Amino acid sequence: MPVLWIILIVIAIGAVGYVATRARAMASAGNDARHLHSLPSYYGYMAFLFAAAPAFLLLIVWLIAAPLVIEKRVAATLPADVVEQAASQNLLMAEVRRVAVGLDNAVAAGVMDEDLASNARADFTDMTARLKEAGQVITQNVTTPVLRAAQMMREANASSRLWMTIAVIAVAIAGAALAMMRAQRDYRARNVVERGVRWMLVGAASIAILTTVGIVLSLLFNTIEFFRIYPASEFFGSLTWSPSFGGGSELGIWPLLWGTLYISVIALAVAVPIGLFAAIYLSEYASNRVRSVAKPLLEILAGIPTIVYGLFALLTVGPLLLAAFGDGGLGWMQSGTAVMTAGLVMGIMLIPFVSSLSDDIINAVPQAMRDGSYGLGATQSETIRQVVLPAALPGIVGAVLLAASRAIGETMIVVLGAGAAARLSLNPFEAMTTVTAKIVSQLTGDADFASPEALVAFALGMTLFVITLGLNVFALYIVRKYREQYD
Amino acid sequence: MADATANSPRRHGSLTTTDPRTKRRNAAEARFRAYGIAAIGLGLFFLVVLATSIIRSGVPAFTTTVVSLEMNVSQAEYDEAESGMLKTAAYTKLFITKLGAQLREAGIGDDVQDDAIERIMGKVGSDMRSFYQENPDSIGETVTFTLNASSRVDGYFKGRVNRETLVDSRFLVATDLDVVDALTEAGIITRQFDWGFLTGKDAGVDNPGGAGIGASVIGSFFMMLVVLVLSLPIGVAASIYLEEFAPKNRWTDIIEVNISNLAAVPSIVFGILGLAVFIQFAGLPQSAPLVGGLVLTLMTLPTIIISTRASLKAVPPSIRDAALGVGASKMQAVFHHVLPLAAPGILTGTIIGLAQALGETAPLLLIGMVGFVAREYPGGFIEGFVEPNSAMPAQIYTWAARSDVAFYEKAWGGIIVLLVFLLIMNAIAIVLRRRFERRW
Repeated sequence: MPVLWIILIVIAIGAVGYVATRARAMASAGNDARHLHSLPSYYGYMAFLFAAAPAFLLLIVWLIAAPLVIEKRVAATLPADVVEQAASQNLLMAEVRRVAVGLDNAVAAGVMDEDLASNARADFTDMTARLKEAGQVITQNVTTPVLRAAQMMREANASSRLWMTIAVIAVAIAGAALAMMRAQRDYRARNVVERGVRWMLVGAASIAILTTVGIVLSLLFNTIEFFRIYPASEFFGSLTWSPSFGGGSELGIWPLLWGTLYISVIALAVAVPIGLFAAIYLSEYASNRVRSVAKPLLEILAGIPTIVYGLFALLTVGPLLLAAFGDGGLGWMQSGTAVMTAGLVMGIMLIPFVSSLSDDIINAVPQAMRDGSYGLGATQSETIRQVVLPAALPGIVGAVLLAASRAIGETMIVVLGAGAAARLSLNPFEAMTTVTAKIVSQLTGDADFASPEALVAFALGMTLFVITLGLNVFALYIVRKYREQYD
Repeated sequence: MADATANSPRRHGSLTTTDPRTKRRNAAEARFRAYGIAAIGLGLFFLVVLATSIIRSGVPAFTTTVVSLEMNVSQAEYDEAESGMLKTAAYTKLFITKLGAQLREAGIGDDVQDDAIERIMGKVGSDMRSFYQENPDSIGETVTFTLNASSRVDGYFKGRVNRETLVDSRFLVATDLDVVDALTEAGIITRQFDWGFLTGKDAGVDNPGGAGIGASVIGSFFMMLVVLVLSLPIGVAASIYLEEFAPKNRWTDIIEVNISNLAAVPSIVFGILGLAVFIQFAGLPQSAPLVGGLVLTLMTLPTIIISTRASLKAVPPSIRDAALGVGASKMQAVFHHVLPLAAPGILTGTIIGLAQALGETAPLLLIGMVGFVAREYPGGFIEGFVEPNSAMPAQIYTWAARSDVAFYEKAWGGIIVLLVFLLIMNAIAIVLRRRFERRW
């Protein structure tokens, strides 16, 4: 039975439970709601909660656990010599899964009936012929043991499905029945429901933690896997990045880190002065009218998707820079994709980021400090430079650090605008590449997932995660420390 | 400015004349102001450049160059074309002979070569063949065909290709452009709005003219559905807990720090998470909008939680106190009174979060939702979630990464479509805020 149907059935049981339990509670109070402990609907909600919550939990756990268990059991039946022949057990199991799906398709297409598909003594050549007819690709890895394993997997899947359906529906019915039994006039249904809802709220809030744990674990496991097949000393020590999918690649992180930092520095060199001066003007000089127009307009820049900036870099800014600095002009630039292109465009993207954060911080500087400065005869700009900015400095540093972490983690602009060559060079008009761009290219290629060329992306992701997280924590620390001084 | 007075010598000046030092200070003031104005001007200038380059390069994507021609294919011709080995080539030939005959009849370009027409027309054979296979009744009747011209001819009209830069190749030679001009004068070649771009699917690298963004719009739609259905309830529940119920303890602190850190994790890291957890570990199908939606949900959750908490905080405590005062439980006070009052703010935040998710590209590339997957419309509602598809930004990226210049125009056009969606979503959010926001 499809999962959707199970969900619908559980909801239906819950709904029936709602009506029945509510009616029973009302009956126990002589059909007068005033004699009940809780409002009548709470008794109903209780039934729904008892029916649906454990059933859905069971469903989720089963759906996650069953494939793992089944695969383990099927893998154990494969003879050792077959496993040895194939390159790895994972590869063989992938084949088993494919054949199992192929059998399903074949039954659905009508070239095979259910009996034959599950018949363990069925003729191998006949089966493969029928599978081919159903559009299945039969590789040389498909052998008799693989076919048998696939049949076993199908059977196990089917019985697991059946038992899951039975168990989930049974749990739902039992929950509804339990709630119904408890529905007496003095039973504190509201408290029970509210406790249940509260746990759901806690669960929702914990998803943030689960996400972080998921990120850390998925990065960590694959990074460890990577370092098992590729020495960490070379990853952190080598100065060349030249992946070759045939093997023998050199995967040093430094060229990528250098590209990342170079582009980020250029981006900040564009964004920080413009953003900071814009924030100063908007918060200290601008009239309300100018402010109400200019601020949202600048913030549009922050709402534009990064792919748009990427295209802007590749097709507008790149050719423009090439015309000025390329062979026709100064001759420094070979192609439109370069550190400068990506850095400039990323700077434009970061302007509103710097300006709105600094704006808030400048506004938080108490007016009394400005007034004191004016009273001593300072002009407005002297006040800003010598009183407001020093007071706001920690916050502004925090904003710049946050912008830096944005720049380091930015992907689409560098993928499209910075080029693909990993090199250590000082010329900002040369193409370089970054950590994020290489994560994309290593994981979207055709590389085998177990090869160091693909796994290196996780090590790069880990590096990126650690750097950006560190910058954020540091920035928030500075901002918080600053806030305490004036509030 | 204690040191200022200490260092400068005593000056005897008049109040009516400005001394040099004051002049200097005033000039510095004016300069400082000018820097500020320049910074804002520069920011706005970038915005204008961005907008004009999007519009200038993107609008041509919405028009296409078509050749319209009345044609009459007889049963004999149809049978002959169908009997051959290269069926579409047979149709192409048929079309070219007919067009050539008509041209000569009309007196335009007596010297038009058949292969020139072939170059101008691109690939008409398959269009014609599928038309006649679907409408066998039309055989023997006069039908008006409106067929796309080749992408180079299209480029000639859009300024991509011109006489000076054209290098003769097997795709187009300079003399063909004269034929094109003649055909345009005769009204056979026209430009019209390209519905195919809005409704179409991605096409192969050799067929930029046939590529459309429709399928990936559908992919984006299904992804946004997943994001909305998951992130709104989870985000609201999490914010209610953190804002209304959470005790001040270590666990709550950890959650809070986590959420603010997650908001700053680069999007590509979420892509890695999706790849490792949803595809590798959980075995969900690759390139499916369902997986994309899950990844974007995790990414949008912090945004939604932060804005929801702000709008819950904006509801004054007196509302809660009044509800508690007449005997509501804490849960009832929150769900019956605070939440409805905070709803407009929550909705606004959710829409803005969705708009952010809609424009996100990098994580989608990692889970396989690249543009060239968007070859088919999904078969149905359920299939829409699990069948491989792309999303608008990923489709744009795929076009931008192709080498044919004609695809760049499609990418810019795709950006206009994407920005229109974002604009609509943000406009709805602003209207909601204006209409329902309450100041206490």
